[in-house]
Amino acid sequence: MTSEFALIAAPIIPLAAALLVSLSGKIPNLRDSFSVLAGIILFGTVVSIVPDIMAGGRPAFTVVEVMPGLALGFLVEPLGMLFALVASGLWIVTTIYAIGYMRGHEESNQTRFFASFAVAIFASIGVAFASNLLTLFMFYELLTLSTYPLVTHQRTDEAMRAGRVYLGILFTTSICFLLFAVIWTWVITGTTDFTPGGILAGKAEGATVGVLLALFAFGTGKAALMPFHRWLPAAMVAPTPVSALLHAVAVVKAGVFTIMKIVVYIFGISFLASTGSNQWLIWVASATIVLASLVALTKDNLKARLAYSTVSQLSYIVLGAALANQAGVVGGSMHIAMHAFGKITLFFCAGAIYVAHHKTKVSEMNGIGRQMPITLFAFLIGSLSVIGLPPFGGSWSKWFITMGAYEAEQMIPFAILMVSSLLNVAYLLPIVFRGFFLAPKETSDDGHVGHVSDHDGPSPGIWKIGALREAPLFCVLPICMTAFGCLVLFFYASEMHKMLLPLGAP
Amino acid sequence: MIRENLPALQVVIPLMAAPICILFKNGRAAYGIALAATLFAFGAAISLLTQVLGVGPISYELGGWAAPWGIEYRVDYLSGFVLVLVSGMGVVVQLFSPASIKREIDEEKHYLFHCAFLLCLTGLLGIVITGDAFNVFVFLEISALSSYILISLGKHRRALTSAYQYLIMGTIGSTFILIGIGLLYMMTGTLNMADIAARIGPVATTRTVLAAFAFFTVGVSIKMALFPLHLWLPNAYAYAPSVVTAFLAATATKVAVYVLIRFTFTIFGEHFAFEETPVATLLMPLALIGIVVASSIAIFQKSVKRMLAYSSVAQIGYIVLGVSFVSVTGLTGGIVHLFNHALMKGGLFLAVACVVLRIGSDRIDDFAGLGRRMPVTMFAFVVAGLSMIGVPLTVGFISKWFLIQAAIEKGWWPVAALVLLSSLLAVAYIWRVVEIAYFRKPPEGEDRITEAPVSMLLPMGALILATIFFGLNTEATAGVARQAAEYLMGAVR
Repeated sequence: MTSEFALIAAPIIPLAAALLVSLSGKIPNLRDSFSVLAGIILFGTVVSIVPDIMAGGRPAFTVVEVMPGLALGFLVEPLGMLFALVASGLWIVTTIYAIGYMRGHEESNQTRFFASFAVAIFASIGVAFASNLLTLFMFYELLTLSTYPLVTHQRTDEAMRAGRVYLGILFTTSICFLLFAVIWTWVITGTTDFTPGGILAGKAEGATVGVLLALFAFGTGKAALMPFHRWLPAAMVAPTPVSALLHAVAVVKAGVFTIMKIVVYIFGISFLASTGSNQWLIWVASATIVLASLVALTKDNLKARLAYSTVSQLSYIVLGAALANQAGVVGGSMHIAMHAFGKITLFFCAGAIYVAHHKTKVSEMNGIGRQMPITLFAFLIGSLSVIGLPPFGGSWSKWFITMGAYEAEQMIPFAILMVSSLLNVAYLLPIVFRGFFLAPKETSDDGHVGHVSDHDGPSPGIWKIGALREAPLFCVLPICMTAFGCLVLFFYASEMHKMLLPLGAP
Repeated sequence: MIRENLPALQVVIPLMAAPICILFKNGRAAYGIALAATLFAFGAAISLLTQVLGVGPISYELGGWAAPWGIEYRVDYLSGFVLVLVSGMGVVVQLFSPASIKREIDEEKHYLFHCAFLLCLTGLLGIVITGDAFNVFVFLEISALSSYILISLGKHRRALTSAYQYLIMGTIGSTFILIGIGLLYMMTGTLNMADIAARIGPVATTRTVLAAFAFFTVGVSIKMALFPLHLWLPNAYAYAPSVVTAFLAATATKVAVYVLIRFTFTIFGEHFAFEETPVATLLMPLALIGIVVASSIAIFQKSVKRMLAYSSVAQIGYIVLGVSFVSVTGLTGGIVHLFNHALMKGGLFLAVACVVLRIGSDRIDDFAGLGRRMPVTMFAFVVAGLSMIGVPLTVGFISKWFLIQAAIEKGWWPVAALVLLSSLLAVAYIWRVVEIAYFRKPPEGEDRITEAPVSMLLPMGALILATIFFGLNTEATAGVARQAAEYLMGAVR
């Protein structure tokens, strides 16, 4: 399979999956097999492009020329390769998890759910492989739209309000700022192609560069830079698999990926660093890192705490991009993958606890580790990776970003990175501690906290061995896989580093 | 023979078909005739546009009388483009109409509907194809009178007052246009557009020509419902039968914009129109205020048709904005939005027509639960609505792209910002309907509501597909629009 062919096939696979899923809604087992199968085929297809990229190849394919000079086209480069690998790889895991979760939780409208899911992956692949700003923008908006039914899946008033915030912020920022910046770039340079070294050098100068960067950075609302981060916690009303894949992986990572890609391929890091227009972004990102961590500390709802943690971690990647040097850019890009694995594990665990025990609050987690040891152990691993401790993947990306801050002589952001790791410890590890070491609070016989239980007994598919009450196998298996992934990434980081190095080339 | 006389047949065939409908006095026969005539008009328009794209503008002398004495029909890039749009929308609406008018118009008036529809089509096509200024007025009256009839066919009693209101405003508009044309005739002694353009130079600065231009601009602004002269439009659209609304929204105001472009650029010339007179400094603020105010009013409407009507007023603002840039990019944006808006607003009104067929109301609250009951219709509504917002992969995105590009090229940042911000107002009014249709539970006992018949879904689906197709492939829309804009801007230089 040539990489050009794989590039054409990659977006088609999830789209076909969406179609097959919608058509086979009446037979749940067939429908869910389609999802898993498509995930595996897509991942295989994406992986098959990797050797070509490592060898320096840049497969490209133009779909249609929308206007003269403005095409809908795809091109694979290392950063997009990485994002596509992460998104497609975690799609498989999430699908397996979602099957367990949705069935264990007896959710309605599962067909719509899995179909929207596939469309969202289609959009993510499109974002990853977009060869120009126009294509990127199109798939960016498609991603917003395709995830709207997922966020509002419950169809309750709360879901509707969350949906309003979600669409409101993402549409406002992307239409008012991002689209503006894209068209402005087109008027200035006459192209929107992602070009190594950037396209703005020599075409824009002075304040224009700073304003454009601001439009791009805030326009990418999915990156959740403060003050445009509110949609992310709001979207947590969605079923947990959605939060896991979309708000730890696809949607938010599409946001930071967009910023990174624009910094590297539209501005060009040496040009951006030379103008000094990146200074303010360093500060905004640093502020977001600290503030979001502080907010996370105050949240008792587990998913909300993880959401704010995500906001904070996303700004690591933005900070890496804003530093505009090799270590920063490569470290930020690596963090896309590292954080994805760590955070998805945490979300999976939160969902597993909810499915098995209907608990959503940190303060209810006392003693949960005695009933769900596997889940909580995985939670520990995920936490350590997010914090950035070896031997887990997160340590490498934080290492490179910190190095980038040092090389850029940004001592205050450097210090903030250190402090932030401590904050991560403060909001993540107490959960593990409560689960393993504190005695459970007063609970009724079947292990529920009395007032939260509105279901009769535990959901179907739950393991009950002695005192153990683990989530269904379909939930636990993916948790183990991603937790293991955090470990594996630590040892394979050099490969990733090697692939991403061209990004930092001046 | 047919090919040579195609410009004349373009108008004559629907004109002749109209009285035949009356002779049959039978709804079904009238439908057959109307559909055949509309299909012919569409075929003729496509053939004319391809000819123009191949060999350049075509001139046709009616009855063999040479211009400027005889009446000249003239098809250039812009008129060919608009001809295709008008006749194409005619075909879609005709195909859609049988099931819809069955519910909304009394059986014995069906043949009248088809007759008035054909006359309206004749008028609109005539305005676009003619190269004679007075002829424009004649066809304007034909289309206006027949559209009063079409609107008054609505079952609601307020359809009559709305039609009457439109009649008063429309007549004032036409009279002003006629006065403008009369003054021009007085000063140049000719009615042929090209001839006027050639002779207007020496007298251009006279007060008479200025007055002519003023009368004309105001008159045509009423016709196209430019804010604040839009007051006739919301009622007319809200109480007319749904298919009529769809047809008029997609074509009538668009043709009025065509007249504006034709007269300002071809007859008066951009130099006179935009530098000697304060029209540019008037049109742009009015367009911008119209966009913002009308979009905001749309958010608070209780009837979906009325909401879309206010949205139409706002969209006219976008088109006029494009024209008022007086640059090739801006004009391209205006012309391409003229086409794109017809597609998406036509699609939206047809979707509402499907809903009205099934639930007999267009009140926004009655849309509750329709996302489940009429999934195809509501999906179409959402897609066309997204296009209205300007989401990529739809035609609305292409229009916005050009308009913003034009604003940035001129360095008019606030204008660009306002265009973008107004998209958010569109999000607000479209999403209100979406939320009610998908989130609110349908009222008890409404289980019998089902999807609209296939005969309605197919034409609507065709429009929706077109909104996506032309959002991806803009060669046929933006490509031709750019050629038209370059031709118009070059014609006066």
